[in-house]
Amino acid sequence: MPVRKLKYTCIVCPQGCEIEVVISDNEIKEIKGFKCIRGKRYVTEEVLAPKRTLITVLHCKNGDYPTVSVKTSKPIPKEKMFEILEYLSKIVLEAPVDIGDIVIRNIFDSGVDIIATRPCRKV
Amino acid sequence: MKHKYDTIVIGGGPAGLASAIKATKLGLKTLIIEKTERLGGIPLQCIHEGFGVIYFKQNLTGPEFSYKLIKEVDRLSIDYITSGYVSEINILSDEAKQVKVISPKGYQVFETKTLIYAAGAREKTLHEINVVGDRVSGIFTAGEAQALMDIYGVMPGREVVIIGSGDVGLILTRRLILEKAKVKAVIEAMPYPGGLVRNIVQCLKDFDVPLLLGHVVKEIRGRKRVEKVVVEKVDENLKPLGESFSITCDTVIISAGLLPHVRMLRELGVKMDPLTRGPIVNDFFETSIRGVFVAGNALIVNDLVDYVVEQGENAAEGAYSLITKKYVRQQNIPVLFDDNIRFVVPQRITKTSDVVFYLRVKRPMKDVKIIFEEIDKVFVFSKARPSEMIRVKIKKKDLGDIKDKLHVRLYSDASPQT
Ligand SMILES: Cc1cc2nc3c(=O)[nH]c(=O)nc-3n(C[C@H](O)[C@H](O)[C@H](O)COP(=O)(O)OP(=O)(O)OC[C@H]3O[C@@H](n4cnc5c(N)ncnc54)[C@H](O)[C@@H]3O)c2cc1C
Ligand code: SF4
Repeated sequence: MPVRKLKYTCIVCPQGCEIEVVISDNEIKEIKGFKCIRGKRYVTEEVLAPKRTLITVLHCKNGDYPTVSVKTSKPIPKEKMFEILEYLSKIVLEAPVDIGDIVIRNIFDSGVDIIATRPCRKV
Repeated sequence: MKHKYDTIVIGGGPAGLASAIKATKLGLKTLIIEKTERLGGIPLQCIHEGFGVIYFKQNLTGPEFSYKLIKEVDRLSIDYITSGYVSEINILSDEAKQVKVISPKGYQVFETKTLIYAAGAREKTLHEINVVGDRVSGIFTAGEAQALMDIYGVMPGREVVIIGSGDVGLILTRRLILEKAKVKAVIEAMPYPGGLVRNIVQCLKDFDVPLLLGHVVKEIRGRKRVEKVVVEKVDENLKPLGESFSITCDTVIISAGLLPHVRMLRELGVKMDPLTRGPIVNDFFETSIRGVFVAGNALIVNDLVDYVVEQGENAAEGAYSLITKKYVRQQNIPVLFDDNIRFVVPQRITKTSDVVFYLRVKRPMKDVKIIFEEIDKVFVFSKARPSEMIRVKIKKKDLGDIKDKLHVRLYSDASPQT
């Protein structure tokens, strides 16, 4: 297996350390450039299983806004993002929706919920 | 009397809400006047996370952040008017101001001892960034594009060029891509990106969006809709290097920065700072007109809402101290600063309480030392960037040695490239 060198910018704190990772056989061989353990952890996760909190808006009927903004209850695997977004783009909610409501539970059996981050009042 | 207040807050964004909450907790009778149909301000349309990490110790989305403040406003039963248009302000005396408001409730005249102006910022337009070209559809400011997408659920376009690499532009880029638009490039005039490293990584690198540093959009071309932009390479002083090319696109989004919304203050005769483009204030954020305070983006364009809230609370304390005559504000000591600093706020200090200073550097720097000369206070930062406002606090007891001026000096060893 080829040895790959990847460069990351740590985003855990404003220092923004440039961290270099050497990978072979899907294993991390070396990490350098981090100033603290949080940077090492961040890069390890970025390499092996990058995750992001997903945010978007869902359409909402009969409300004071035409949309409700939502987020995932936890960060989700990065490669799942577009698949989940595609599904969410077809969902239409009905007002009222309150901030903090779980609008979709356990999406794709992932253990992650979709949560409203903005209320939509019924009009 | 129903129409008399201790303080009237103009603007119901984070700065206004925070100042109204603080003023009410200090015992002041408070009214908020908000122009739009809702309290909450800009964060209502900023649906990404990144709000309140310092203030609420929680990483919230914009709407979640604003609604936490709105809940507090409701809990404290603070008076507010939405869809309120302030048609006139009259300064009656140091202790009395009159505010005329038109709203769905009709025409109302209020009297107040103090005013807290928290009307936020406005976006720079095409004219302010020297772009010429055809008058076509498909040109938006970042705020307009964001509202379309994240309030109305409508896509502004499919093939987009973004002007400006500040955080607003970067965050918008990611939103567009997640909603299946293609961002052809982010164009930045300066040789370094305007936004936080976190946003460069998560918004551009994650999706391989080209970032063209040291480039400007010179022209926008099209017949009915935008068809292309002409991009030109520039040097550090923004001088064209004679190299230009075009990028086809159907949409251009301008995210070239914000300016404090100060028209109303200017009409009152408040003195302005040409560097912040906001008003000149003392450490209570009181303007050159006694009893008129300012907070949030109307004072300085903030990248962090946490500081906006802090400014709102400080303005409320200013109003409180003026009303209760807790402090006698006779001193007005000017704050001077070195050439490598873009601005320092407040521009004046009274030496009657602790002071939080906000400042921005002119260019990215490493190993920065900020020295408050007359009092020998030194603050050290390993990095400083124009996009990240620096905040330092100095206790009242340490201000003693200041006489007729305070000089802020900045020393730096080298300039990093990122
Ligand atoms: C796209 C974007 C992304 C951002 N991301 C982040 C982030 O991730 N984290 C973070 O901490 N900060 C972020 N910010 C910054 C943050 O949103 C601002 O600093 C904050 O909203 C400023 O609050 P404000 O109350 O001063 O102004 P605003 O939020 O702009 O509120 C001003 C209010 O005043 C009202 N108003 C204006 N004129 C009048 C008038 N004449 N009469 C009555 N009312 C009036 C407006 O309608 C508005 O409601 C972001 C900003 C933008 C634009
Ligand atoms: S490695 Fe540590 S110090 Fe460096 S940016 Fe990451 S969290 Fe900050």
